[in-house]
Amino acid sequence: MEKLRKAVGDIVSELGPEKGSLLAILLAVQDASPESYVSEEAVNEIARLLNTSRSMVYSTASFYSEISLMPRGRHIVRLCINAPCEDAGKEEIRKALEKELGIKLGETTQDKMFSLEGVSCLGACFMSPAIKVDDKVYGDLTPAGAVRVMRELKEAAKNEHIS
Amino acid sequence: MSTFRELDGYDRVFNFGNCDSSVSLSEYQQTGGYEALRMAIGNPKQALEEICRAGLRGRGGAAFPAGLKLKMMQGNTEKQRYIVCNADEGEPGTFKDRFIMNHIPFQLLEGLTIAAILAGAENGFVYIRHEYPLAQENIKRSIAEAEAAGLLGDNILGSEFSLHLKIFSGAGSYLCGEETALLSSIEGKKGRPRVKPPFPIEKGLWGKPTLINNVETLANIPAIIAKGSAWYRTLGTEDSPGTKLISLSGDVKKRGLYEVPFGTTFREIIENFGGGMKEVFDLKAVNIGGASGVVVPPEELDCPMEYGKCAERGITIGSGAVYVMDEQRSILGNVHNRVHFFLHESCGKCTPCREGLRQVNRIIDRVTAGEASLKDIENLERFTRCMQEASFCGLGQAAGNSLLSSLKYFREEYENSCVDCVEKTSERGELC
Ligand SMILES: Cc1cc2nc3c(=O)[nH]c(=O)nc-3n(C[C@H](O)[C@H](O)[C@H](O)COP(=O)(O)O)c2cc1C
Ligand code: SF4
Ligand code: FES
Repeated sequence: MEKLRKAVGDIVSELGPEKGSLLAILLAVQDASPESYVSEEAVNEIARLLNTSRSMVYSTASFYSEISLMPRGRHIVRLCINAPCEDAGKEEIRKALEKELGIKLGETTQDKMFSLEGVSCLGACFMSPAIKVDDKVYGDLTPAGAVRVMRELKEAAKNEHIS
Repeated sequence: MSTFRELDGYDRVFNFGNCDSSVSLSEYQQTGGYEALRMAIGNPKQALEEICRAGLRGRGGAAFPAGLKLKMMQGNTEKQRYIVCNADEGEPGTFKDRFIMNHIPFQLLEGLTIAAILAGAENGFVYIRHEYPLAQENIKRSIAEAEAAGLLGDNILGSEFSLHLKIFSGAGSYLCGEETALLSSIEGKKGRPRVKPPFPIEKGLWGKPTLINNVETLANIPAIIAKGSAWYRTLGTEDSPGTKLISLSGDVKKRGLYEVPFGTTFREIIENFGGGMKEVFDLKAVNIGGASGVVVPPEELDCPMEYGKCAERGITIGSGAVYVMDEQRSILGNVHNRVHFFLHESCGKCTPCREGLRQVNRIIDRVTAGEASLKDIENLERFTRCMQEASFCGLGQAAGNSLLSSLKYFREEYENSCVDCVEKTSERGELC
């Protein structure tokens, strides 16, 4: 709790305690959270520091789909669900990802490693079907290719754990 | 990314180079970059005249004359003004602004700086969607480099002009691309549209006059000033001078981003730039302008990409997304997908859009499941017309428009799925 207060405090003082900074603050708080979300405590703290109501902060936070008010996994796998990707085989990619991760679209794995989300166009339709894992876009994807990307991430996490 | 493709043999506004990386400041300057800024600082009046004479129109979708918007800014006496670059690029099927930001950031920054000087704005934002972290980084770095080189910040190139730019990240709302919703978003509120008028040029960010332009619009400005409006008008047509960046996707051989002179037909875009159809299947339909654009059959493709001619045919060039569907594709599937998109992105502020989309979704679900009747299709048409005419902002209006185009050209596909279709066609004496 203390730690969270300090982290939020640092972010707010860096970005400025104005209302115009609210969205940037929410995104930064989310980025700083190990569970990639904006918690209730964080909302309270932001409201306090910006001298505004919690409902105002919630109202902004809940409007934007890239801001999560629920804990998420360490890696966020975003599957594009718009028409060009849909037609290029998004359903097969979805099934492969759901099977590999053992979760459905919109869920987070029990070990909090992965969240799987359906998102709007990633601006990568010249290589549909596309997914984005954290900041990286993967295009011209096959179901096998999607599984490979997930396995590489799992492998990397395992190695991190050992070392 | 080597996906930027172009045809040889004509002049261009954009020079993405052949590289996979971002054109650096020194590379940009070696090829004439920042000459236009010098010229604009030396003679702002002439720079504005060139933009007006060039006939540059907004590339964000609404095609408003860019020079006129600048002149309107100049007509305002308020001292505190802003410039905002709209880099929210949310229209499904569009990736042009991403290419500009990732590959030619200085061309955008130079155009932005010139526009700011002409508009009298000393502060500004580049509103970039959250889905583009690399573009955010590249523009941030480029702003810092331009500042260090005296091309941004205080007293640009030693002149009395200054411009302070900040990046503002969106957070996954398509609606925030709408200019007034975007302003609310920067102000820390929900990204909901505001009543127009007042337009942003009158009362924009924090109530101050604000110039909002799309990335591609601004990136056109350096070439117009450096090479002149007469040169610019040699590209494109009398009605629509210059070129348009086309994001080509779907069932063509070569998907990618192309710089296409206005006046080129959509068929030429698909055949000459896209290399024709990818497989043996015939072309069934083309979706022009993204989710909010129209779906047209092959017969419409000989229409030149030109604002006037397209408007006559009910085609919206919009962001320049061209999505090609072969005969394996389902129009209903495509429409279904788009309705879901709009349902997700609608802010729910007005009834025609909020309730209209719900009703439309319900009907399309039934059509897809083969449970709808022809009466449902008539209702669908009524609802979409109502959305088109009565929605508060461009989202609902465009959603209605795009659905209507599919009904206009592909009604059979809807009707063939209806339970009472046979009766209807037997009246007409034909088979489904
Ligand atoms: C729902 C909706 C979404 C929009 N999205 C964008 C966008 O992502 N990028 C953009 O430049 N313009 C977008 N626009 C258009 C803007 O409202 C505005 O017309 C444009 O930014 C003006 O710049 P321009 O004159 O240079 O085109 C959108 C409009 C609507 C109604
Ligand atoms: S048309 Fe749709 S998005 Fe626009 S204000 Fe109405 S409900 Fe909101
Ligand atoms: S539609 Fe999937 S990346 Fe554009």
